[in-house]
Amino acid sequence: MMILSSIDPVLLLASLMVASTPILLAALGELVVERAGVLNLGVEGMMITGAICGFAMAVNTGSPLVGFIAAAAGGAVLALLFALLTQFALANQVASGLALTLFGLGLSSLLGQGYVGIKPPPTARLDLPILSDLPLVGRVLFSHDLMVYFALALVALVWALLKYTRAGLILRAVGENHEAAHALGYKVVRIRILAILFGGACAGLGGAYLSLVRVPQWTEGMTSGAGWIALALVVFASWKAGRVLLGAWLFGGVSVLQLNLQAAGLAIPVEYLSMSPYLITILVLVIMSADKSRAPASLGRIFHASQ
Amino acid sequence: MKLTHLLTSAALALGLASAAVAQDKTKVGFIYVGPIGDGGWTYEHDKGRLAVEAHFGDAVETVYQESVPEGADAERAITQMALQGADLIFTTSFGFMEPTLAVAEKFPDVKFEHATGYKTLPNVSTYSARFYEGRAVQGHIAGKMTKSNIVGYIASYPIPEVIRGINSAYIHAKKVNPDVEFKIIWAYTWFDPAKEADAATALIEQGADVILQHTDSTAPQAAAEKAGNVVTFGQASDMSEYAPFPRVSSIIDNWAPYYIARTQAVMDGTWESTQTWDGIGPGMVGIGEISDAVPAEVKEEALALKAAMADGSYHPFSGPLNKQDGSVWLAEGAVADDGTLLGMDFYVEGLTGEIPN
Amino acid sequence: MLKLEKRPQPSRLWTWVTPILAVVITMLAGGALFAALGQDPVEAISTIFWQPLFGEFAFYYRPQLLIKGAPLVLIAIGLSLGFRAGIWNIGAEGQYIVGALAGAGVGLAFYPTESWVIFPLMVLAGAIGGWVWGTIPALLKLKFGTNEILVSLMLVYVAEQLLAAMALGLMKNPEGRGFPGSRNLRQYESAHNAELITGTGMHWGVVAAMIAVILAYVLLSRHILGYHIRLAGQAPKAARFAGVRSARLILFCLGTSGALAGLAGMFEVSGPAGQVSIDFNVGYGFTAIIVAFLGRLHPLGILLAGTLLALTYIGGELAQSNMGLPAAAIQLFQGMLLFFLLAVDVLTNFRVRLSRPEVA
Repeated sequence: MMILSSIDPVLLLASLMVASTPILLAALGELVVERAGVLNLGVEGMMITGAICGFAMAVNTGSPLVGFIAAAAGGAVLALLFALLTQFALANQVASGLALTLFGLGLSSLLGQGYVGIKPPPTARLDLPILSDLPLVGRVLFSHDLMVYFALALVALVWALLKYTRAGLILRAVGENHEAAHALGYKVVRIRILAILFGGACAGLGGAYLSLVRVPQWTEGMTSGAGWIALALVVFASWKAGRVLLGAWLFGGVSVLQLNLQAAGLAIPVEYLSMSPYLITILVLVIMSADKSRAPASLGRIFHASQ
Repeated sequence: MKLTHLLTSAALALGLASAAVAQDKTKVGFIYVGPIGDGGWTYEHDKGRLAVEAHFGDAVETVYQESVPEGADAERAITQMALQGADLIFTTSFGFMEPTLAVAEKFPDVKFEHATGYKTLPNVSTYSARFYEGRAVQGHIAGKMTKSNIVGYIASYPIPEVIRGINSAYIHAKKVNPDVEFKIIWAYTWFDPAKEADAATALIEQGADVILQHTDSTAPQAAAEKAGNVVTFGQASDMSEYAPFPRVSSIIDNWAPYYIARTQAVMDGTWESTQTWDGIGPGMVGIGEISDAVPAEVKEEALALKAAMADGSYHPFSGPLNKQDGSVWLAEGAVADDGTLLGMDFYVEGLTGEIPN
Repeated sequence: MLKLEKRPQPSRLWTWVTPILAVVITMLAGGALFAALGQDPVEAISTIFWQPLFGEFAFYYRPQLLIKGAPLVLIAIGLSLGFRAGIWNIGAEGQYIVGALAGAGVGLAFYPTESWVIFPLMVLAGAIGGWVWGTIPALLKLKFGTNEILVSLMLVYVAEQLLAAMALGLMKNPEGRGFPGSRNLRQYESAHNAELITGTGMHWGVVAAMIAVILAYVLLSRHILGYHIRLAGQAPKAARFAGVRSARLILFCLGTSGALAGLAGMFEVSGPAGQVSIDFNVGYGFTAIIVAFLGRLHPLGILLAGTLLALTYIGGELAQSNMGLPAAAIQLFQGMLLFFLLAVDVLTNFRVRLSRPEVA
């Protein structure tokens, strides 16, 4: 265990929180979308579009905040295309989501042509006078950049919204039985579109976090599958907001741990260490599915109001 | 079947001949494995291309294709270039080796230059740079400047070139600092900013205050800047936007002199298949401006080291040196031969950890 | 106001017109895109679609179409079976890789013996490798109800790491001076997936793709299993009443698409690509999904769609090197194609009607 003593658990936990933020944001958005009964596989496309929109605007205006807003907008616009396809053109949701991913990847590469290798404006880190200097807790809880805290706040917000508000109730109703909801007079299509836009905005923010804070740089395809992980997270979390947080920490943690183990000198072949996040995700998915937690009953089914 | 084969070759030859007659400019093609905006490996090759254009003016026309995946697509891209009438084609990645050879056999009148490869044909040359000379300079500076005595190394793939770099850096760090320790992370990529940032952060969290990298993005510099007192070096290109700190120096790939020389050879008709392995001396390996964050006497020593390697009076791998398992590799006064270096698959004594596979 | 009215039956006319319409719209939108990038749209579109077929060097590019299109068609046929039944195999890329590794592994194990039996064994190994990788999500779905989309996708990343492990470790060429990558299978006579007729680009993979198209057509139109597949997709409850055992269907669809993807990978690694290298996979598994949808999940449609997409790849590369069009523009173009197809597809199942707002 002498090798492992060189890994500082405090720093590891802090890194974990940073690593989990992008997928946390994207997964929260997708959670809302799926609770409304829509399966949007285009998270990867929306994330990377958000990454380049955020990056480009931040570089052009010098403000990371403007960048994040632009990222949310970019993700939402792309999600709008998906919404049009699935809610108006009644296209198959799986295929539409995939088309969105491909389209988003291509679009972002194109938009990002002039931005490779550029340094973005730095995002401010929280630096509370006494709290940040506390020995353990300070580094882990009080020294992060604003988006980490935003993501955590969003978890609480989504949870509360879905559980306690009327809007949340309606959303869940639409997701469970869109025919009944329609019969009750709720505007199924409108609610779903709003949910899809929210999902797009969140995914965009997650992508921008990668390009503005975590790396920070723009490269083609830089999300490297984070969008798909976010989708897995939603299933892992049994569509519950609190569990999404746990899942994001788990996945973020494994990736960071893998690198730390290598640096500490552990002699496990690197490729097998790199496989571990994905294998663990599968394992977790299996355990969660055996848990019999149900997906929203109308998930993925096309709604067409026939009057 | 034979007739079809004959017809195909005839058609190819006809296509090539007509293309050749159609122009008297020398056409030089470049196949890149990444985007020219990557700020690293491909960016420097493209700078070489631009230098060729600037040097020869109207006598030469250059074309390029970027982000070519290795494999069947590469063969098609190279063939395309040859069909369009290129006289000289540079294929700038190891993974293009087999496609280059396959196309070279079909186009015997076109000259090919394959970077970092080892197989040649009468119309195929190989070329590479002695980056390990640059690593020696980096190792020296690293050994002197580290306060925690831990140097982090972001390695890409366990191939001889990377292992050479690690060994060279370590030897020279150890020479000036016997307590230095190297922590190595194998990123298994040449360019992945997210992964490189994570790797750099992990190394810094484990105590490294100098980061060396064999990957091509500026992400480690950004991570070092965020962390504070961590020294880094630019890789493949100068990365001067992070100077004077954390980037204190860099290894710069400088392909221009070689590219210009080879184009000239094709134009003069003196081109021959060669295997070139040049270092600091001929100018293929550049050492980036050593910043003022480096103490004056360290800077002087580094420059002296650079000069000694440039004029050939010093070889980074000079004995006495032992392998990691303790066995003697180079005796006192001996110098490593190119053959061993090209196939290097062992660490030198003092490095902990194993080379994967 | 436009209203959508469901047709009693999908329109036969529109089933065939929509892909063509989608392609035309994509050409127009793509042309606009290229114009926005500062390129001549007509020249760009003709470089992409016309040049490879009829241009100056078409004698070289036409065979390349077969080479590029064969794996796409082979994988897409497998995928279409599952998609029709509502079984979503998104992990074809991973099955492709594992099939390639299995096939190459067998070939390399026999090196340097020469024998006619080696290639058939490699083919078998490739199919089995892909089949195994495709059956994993099937088994997990059957036993635990795990979503096959996510499992098959995660397995893609696992397969990529496996590829790296093999290229750098077990399958590394011992005579390769320490560089990653296996021996070049194209130089190993018995393992080489050579062109059957030189210069036509027709290697065994192309033959396999053609056979797959025919077999799939027969299966879907004449065989009871094909009927079950179609029924399960269109009316799941009715299928259950009709005695369709969904477990069998899931195993069959995922297993077969895995096997076909594995075959495609094996033919590619022993032919056009030539060696097991870290970047061996170029995304055919994902592009095949576009091909499957573009081909309306019909074997003949897939054949045409695969050729079309191969054309956009090859033409796209041509546009890149001749006109300096960025590679990303071509990717966007392909994404647009799928988008427009999905959008236009609504006309197949629904009729557009103008309606007046109702008077109370």
